[in-house]
Amino acid sequence: MSNAFRLTRLLDRGAAIFLVLLGAFAIAMPALNLLVPASSPLHVSTYLVALFGKYICYAILALSIDLIWGYAGILSLGHGAFFALGGYAMGMYLMRQIGARGVYANPVLPDFMVFLNWHALPVYWYGFDWFPYAALMVVLAPGALAYVFGWFAFRSRVTGVYLSIITQAMTFALMLGFFRNNFGFGGNNGLTDFKDILGFNVQAETTRNALLVCSCIALALAFLVCRFIVTSKFGKVLVAIRDAESRARFLGYRVESYKLFVFVVSACMAGIAGALYVPQVGIINPGEFAPGNSIEAVIWVAVGGRGTLTGAVLGAILVNYAKTYFTSGILAPYWLFMLGALFIGVTLLLPRGIVGSIKYGLDRRADTRAAALEEDTRDDVAPVAAE
Amino acid sequence: MRILSAVSFAVLLSLTVLAGSLAASSAASAQGAGLEQGLQKFTTDDFSDTSEGIGAVAASGNPRAADILGALQDGRLMFDAASKTVFIKTAAGAVVNAATGRPAMLPDSADNVRLNNRLRGALDAVMGTLTLLSPDPAKRLDAAQAVFKSRDPKTLPALGTALAREKNSRIRRVLQEARAAAILSSDGADDAAKVAAIAMIRDRGDQDSLALLQSLPKDSPANVREAASAAVARIGRSLEMWSLLQNAWYGLSLGSVLLLAAIGLAITFGVMGVINMAHGEMVMLGAYVTFVVQQVIRAYDPSLFGYSLIVAIPLAFVVTGAAGVLIERSIIRFLYGRPLETLLATWGLSLILQQLVRTIFGPTNKDVGNPSWMSGAFDLGGMTITYNRLWIIVFAMIVFVALLAMLRFIRLGLEMRAVTQNRAMAAAMGIRTARIDALTFGLGSGIAGIAGVALSQIDNVSPNLGQGYIIDSFLVVVFGGVGNLWGTLVGALTLGVANKFLEPFAGAVLGKIAILVFIILFIQKRPRGMFALKGRAVEA
Repeated sequence: MSNAFRLTRLLDRGAAIFLVLLGAFAIAMPALNLLVPASSPLHVSTYLVALFGKYICYAILALSIDLIWGYAGILSLGHGAFFALGGYAMGMYLMRQIGARGVYANPVLPDFMVFLNWHALPVYWYGFDWFPYAALMVVLAPGALAYVFGWFAFRSRVTGVYLSIITQAMTFALMLGFFRNNFGFGGNNGLTDFKDILGFNVQAETTRNALLVCSCIALALAFLVCRFIVTSKFGKVLVAIRDAESRARFLGYRVESYKLFVFVVSACMAGIAGALYVPQVGIINPGEFAPGNSIEAVIWVAVGGRGTLTGAVLGAILVNYAKTYFTSGILAPYWLFMLGALFIGVTLLLPRGIVGSIKYGLDRRADTRAAALEEDTRDDVAPVAAE
Repeated sequence: MRILSAVSFAVLLSLTVLAGSLAASSAASAQGAGLEQGLQKFTTDDFSDTSEGIGAVAASGNPRAADILGALQDGRLMFDAASKTVFIKTAAGAVVNAATGRPAMLPDSADNVRLNNRLRGALDAVMGTLTLLSPDPAKRLDAAQAVFKSRDPKTLPALGTALAREKNSRIRRVLQEARAAAILSSDGADDAAKVAAIAMIRDRGDQDSLALLQSLPKDSPANVREAASAAVARIGRSLEMWSLLQNAWYGLSLGSVLLLAAIGLAITFGVMGVINMAHGEMVMLGAYVTFVVQQVIRAYDPSLFGYSLIVAIPLAFVVTGAAGVLIERSIIRFLYGRPLETLLATWGLSLILQQLVRTIFGPTNKDVGNPSWMSGAFDLGGMTITYNRLWIIVFAMIVFVALLAMLRFIRLGLEMRAVTQNRAMAAAMGIRTARIDALTFGLGSGIAGIAGVALSQIDNVSPNLGQGYIIDSFLVVVFGGVGNLWGTLVGALTLGVANKFLEPFAGAVLGKIAILVFIILFIQKRPRGMFALKGRAVEA
């Protein structure tokens, strides 16, 4: 197989368009924010930069869900847990960076620990003042949880709805745990009041732009990883498992290993999304573990179209933009109606999602054109059944 | 502190009783002298004198004693140092001479008899002994309990008098216990009396007796101390057993709540394989039906309030059942065979229903009252049983049995079972499976609705009511096994009891987490629950 072919398989037309658009976006936003004067109509406010930074993080989360739901048929209703764990790892790093600038001016202990009369840093907080370690934990913590959870779940063939319910129970249990003060993660209030990230002020405009660009890069990389997985032979097996799990198993594939691998990759991706999310929003609290959040993330994927990757990104941004738009205006009381209707409408009327439907339409047109072409050339032969 | 609240009555009542009994004795003049001496002590404005005064007045046995001490408790006792007279300001504002009870003029130099906390404690105990003779049995019982807690040896004579007169066996028992407590604390009593007292207190066996026996002075004789420590151990064991039973009861109660919430889900999930994430909202709707029914009753005929739940149960069933049929016909039937999509669509539906209720009724908790037959509690041995919990357990069992009977004996139940076991074959036999689906979904939702009526009695009725139960309900159904009501029953009760037994060790939150982890592990072992369907039906 030539390298060129491998590349075109990795980046089909849609993927290439997506990456170009993403690149243009990552350059345009900071440029319009920092270089264009505030008086110009083209100026992008820092608020919008932070907002879109948040959306990009959601998009990475959506991508991670699409990878397992769209391609392996694993509907996780607990992916918010991996997102939040990554966020907490980053939050712990940011807490340690506050140093003596906290309210209680304790150089080692974060404020909430001083408040709770703790005298020493818990062991699991060690090392979080060092960025590489924190960055490692961003990936490792969700990955390890996903590995343990997935190992148990897939080995004993918990599938479908059952898996969905226990993932939901998992995030619910974590939420209850993180709400407790003695867990050592700030309890109810979570981690907040961040000052610096890698020596830069998290509130500064330039830092916000840099975080947006980082998020875009992370999204692009995550997208490429997903593309690489789903276009490989491994990805084909995943799709086989999604469509006929028993058959794939009878053909000799170790279904649980495939699922476990992709589940862990997906969880790590969600963790990275959470880690990028926290410095941009400035807070992480146990509310992120709420089962509702995870289900909402699933609907982003459903709106965009599952099993399309680009659709997941599009869905995340569209739904969240709509959420921001509606919840900030006079329509705020109706947002939940809209969200609910979205859940029902998409599943009933648009099961393929936006990108999925477009793809389906294009494929159908290509098919009919090919079929017509074939009919022209082989008039005498009866056409084979189309479907 | 019950004594304090009883004072206003006690003053009056003890007066009459004392007047009728003690005053009749020949020592009337001596009583007058004792009272007079006691009153003099109040006029020095010195706490230790006042303490002696309280003792003297109480010991005088004079009918006016209760009146005087009651006034002292309420801060209505005044003294005039110059004339060495004590006055009572009655609650109405009039002034009487404390010794004679005749109206008097309050001199300008008069001042309140002051109290400190030690005196207040002593006063409570003394008032307890005075009300021991009250004609009201409830008051006598309260007074006896108060004396028991005060462990004041000075109360012994009063206890003796009261015991001699007491006819009510329950009050007698408490009086004896109080006397035992007083004997234990007194220095004068001999060892044999103390050991007998310990046996008496051991048989009482509650937390107070434990505290009493543990606070025995260190210098007590060896046989007394031994008896006490043996009694402490025995009380400890019995208290442990009762707390075990109490926990089991709480667990049963929680389990029955879970059963109510989950049983409708077991039907929709079990029969149709439909994951209804809006199930919790059906429960919530049922609770709001109760609220509306109660509002209507309050507005038109409050005397019918006791029947509000009886009206609400069928109404809630009809309302939520109809909503269920509507949902099935408009959404769910298009999603059969796509469980994950069903899950998402019904989640969306739950958001809409919550927001709808929030828009109509507001986001705050609604006040749903308990009818009188559901409020209150009674003691069973060492545990307390509240009526609302009791009724909910009974109600859950009734619903469960009714549902079992329905599935077993009614044609609709037969058809439902047929569709569960083999949809295609049932259809071939002429059962209209689509109709059965709609009715089943309606039935499941309707049961959720009546669960809501029950839950409105113990939980906050707010738009979020259902969310608190949905994950638990799913866990119950998954744990118990799909398509089997007995599994749901066992699952709900097991989870309820396990939850309550874990709480004392691990705290409410950690206990819940432990349960969740346990279920996650359990599903690994038995992915289809405890009572799984076997055979071909599983894959169908």
